[in-house]
Amino acid sequence: MNQGSKKTIRTLCFAVLGMFTFSFALVPLYNVFCEVTGLNGKIELRATNDTNIEIENGRDVSIQFVSHNNEEMPWTFEPSEDSIKIKTGKYHTATFYVKNPTDRTMIAQAIPSVAPSNAASHLKKLECFCFEEQELAPGEDALLPVRLIFDDKLPSAINSVVLSYTIFDVTDYDDIELTQNTHNSHVMEPSL
Amino acid sequence: MSAVIESHGHDDHHHGPAKGLTRWLYTTNHKDIGSLYLWFSFAMFLIGGAMAMVIRAELFQPGMQIVEPEFYNQMLTLHGLIMVFGAVMPAFVGLANWLVPMMVGAPDMALPRMNNLSFWILPFAFFILLSSLFMEGGAPNFGWTFYAPLSTTYAPPSVTFFIFSVHIMGASSIMGSINVVVTIMNMRAPGMSLMKMPLFVWSWLITAYLLIAVMPVLAGAVTMMLMDIHFGTSFFNAAGGGDPVLFQHIFWFFGHPEVYIMILPAFGIASHIIETFSRKQLFGYSSMVWAMASIAILSFVVWAHHMFTVGLPLAAELFFMWATMLIAVPTGVKVFNWVTTMFKGSITYETPMLFAIAFVVLFTIGGFSGLMLAITPADFQYHDTYFVVAHFHYVLVPGSIFSIMAAVYYWIPKWTGNMYDERLGKLHFWLSFTGVNVTFFPQHWIGLAGMPRRVPDYALQFADWNMISSVGAFLFGASQILFLFIVLKTVMGGKKATSKVWEGARGLEWTVESPAPYHTFSTPPKIN
Repeated sequence: MNQGSKKTIRTLCFAVLGMFTFSFALVPLYNVFCEVTGLNGKIELRATNDTNIEIENGRDVSIQFVSHNNEEMPWTFEPSEDSIKIKTGKYHTATFYVKNPTDRTMIAQAIPSVAPSNAASHLKKLECFCFEEQELAPGEDALLPVRLIFDDKLPSAINSVVLSYTIFDVTDYDDIELTQNTHNSHVMEPSL
Repeated sequence: MSAVIESHGHDDHHHGPAKGLTRWLYTTNHKDIGSLYLWFSFAMFLIGGAMAMVIRAELFQPGMQIVEPEFYNQMLTLHGLIMVFGAVMPAFVGLANWLVPMMVGAPDMALPRMNNLSFWILPFAFFILLSSLFMEGGAPNFGWTFYAPLSTTYAPPSVTFFIFSVHIMGASSIMGSINVVVTIMNMRAPGMSLMKMPLFVWSWLITAYLLIAVMPVLAGAVTMMLMDIHFGTSFFNAAGGGDPVLFQHIFWFFGHPEVYIMILPAFGIASHIIETFSRKQLFGYSSMVWAMASIAILSFVVWAHHMFTVGLPLAAELFFMWATMLIAVPTGVKVFNWVTTMFKGSITYETPMLFAIAFVVLFTIGGFSGLMLAITPADFQYHDTYFVVAHFHYVLVPGSIFSIMAAVYYWIPKWTGNMYDERLGKLHFWLSFTGVNVTFFPQHWIGLAGMPRRVPDYALQFADWNMISSVGAFLFGASQILFLFIVLKTVMGGKKATSKVWEGARGLEWTVESPAPYHTFSTPPKIN
């Protein structure tokens, strides 16, 4: 095999490795891209540190709250109010009611999403139950608060925003009892 | 002693193929490996086709008749995976193995042992995939696009076997592509500059680069699935901070170049056949090369047109719409070049030419429905309907598959030394042509009328066209048995072929005798 062939092979092998790495690099790239642009309705899961956000005489925006339960998540999870009218540049607190109806302690994580997606980067939160995991004892219930604000740069075409939360069961069943984990149904048992 | 060495050297110089089954197991000869790829792909074509027959039999009438919905989903998934990775791609690799070394005047592929390996891991990949049919929970049932979390959280246990088989297929494709690129870049006969290469070689050079760029991304996507399923990561699981839409971005970043991987070699084949039977030099050689290169480059920036409905921002939808439509320009250049080549040519209509002309016409129809789907607001209506099914079957069946059949008829006299039966070949063409159009054309209408894809049952108003579509599918399926018969008959015997085979044939492969000797171009030919 001549020198030229060896060089081509080396280059191509690097290209293969490079593209495999690139596929994994797409994950952080995508998240950064979505957070910077607010695409996909993603919002940051941390409190805003913007102190100049509050203004007087903001315009009216209506905000609707939507709640979803992921898969077989058994908790009761609903907004206290379906929809409120708020003003941009002014903090509001909304609450969501949760109840753990099961007979075991469970941990949940709520994931927010905003529609239309170009409103996402203008919705800031000072406090949110989605910033951390929520643990409820059997039969326990709670009112979870979210303190939010729209900055004044919210595009003028947007008069109504939907803030949706999906609640996920993130209890680590391995610590409690191994057998009752629905996710363990993936254990491979080929019948052959 | 020296006499022994000399006689050994002498044998080595003239040796033909080894005897028995081990010839095929141990072979490093590009022609043997090409034949193995082609036969393997034909076997997969029949298996995937049998699954299509199950699908069309179930859709013959509304209501559930033959199979359970769960099994229908498995058939649908395996049909797609087998046709894409088992039938179309290996067939093109087989053609590349047979033809690329002969077309560039090289004695063999650059990496013959790796060539053997890249073929022989394929049967294992598909054995693993097909064996999942007999596992608890059944075969993969989430469609060939395996969107997460349907393919992670909600998948049957056999999904792990599916992931492993995709890894093996990917490794095979990557090795095959490296081989093709190294052969083309380093082993051309003296005097054959890049812009003198036959178009099939050009089309495969570009295809191989696409494969090297995107197969690792597919491997990455299925690896992330594997980690989500077994190792507790959350790439595509929103509860752990992942994102299901990310899966679609990664998949289609692979998936869109993949569809050009399945059509670019077809462009090369059509160019050769149309040139030969029009008895004219191909019109616009260099524009053909540039068109293929620009299609390949554009294929990396259009992936999101498969996911207009996931909720992309307006700017992204506009960008992907315009970028997609831009691809119509180089594709149009190619179609016009083929038509111009035929214009005022002394055309004869042998079987390969019939398939090639049908390829141009029907692929163009598939291209036009693709343009309709590229229009974002229209796509919101067409998305996930039978219109999409009609579109991609028009570009894949009378596109890729017809070009492969055309290539087999065109080069089989060179491979076997025998002419195929022209009368039977034409019969096969007309049965396939009728079958394909009766099957897929009505699917445009039921799609526009709102029939969703990937369903085992449908509303009553779609009954008539579905029945017609099924009849066409049975005709198309049955006529492939005739194809098998014609190929076998040609391998066994028939009228002896001359070296040149076709009056208007051009290129180095027609300068060697028919059948092509086991070793060709051990000394490189002279190119003017």
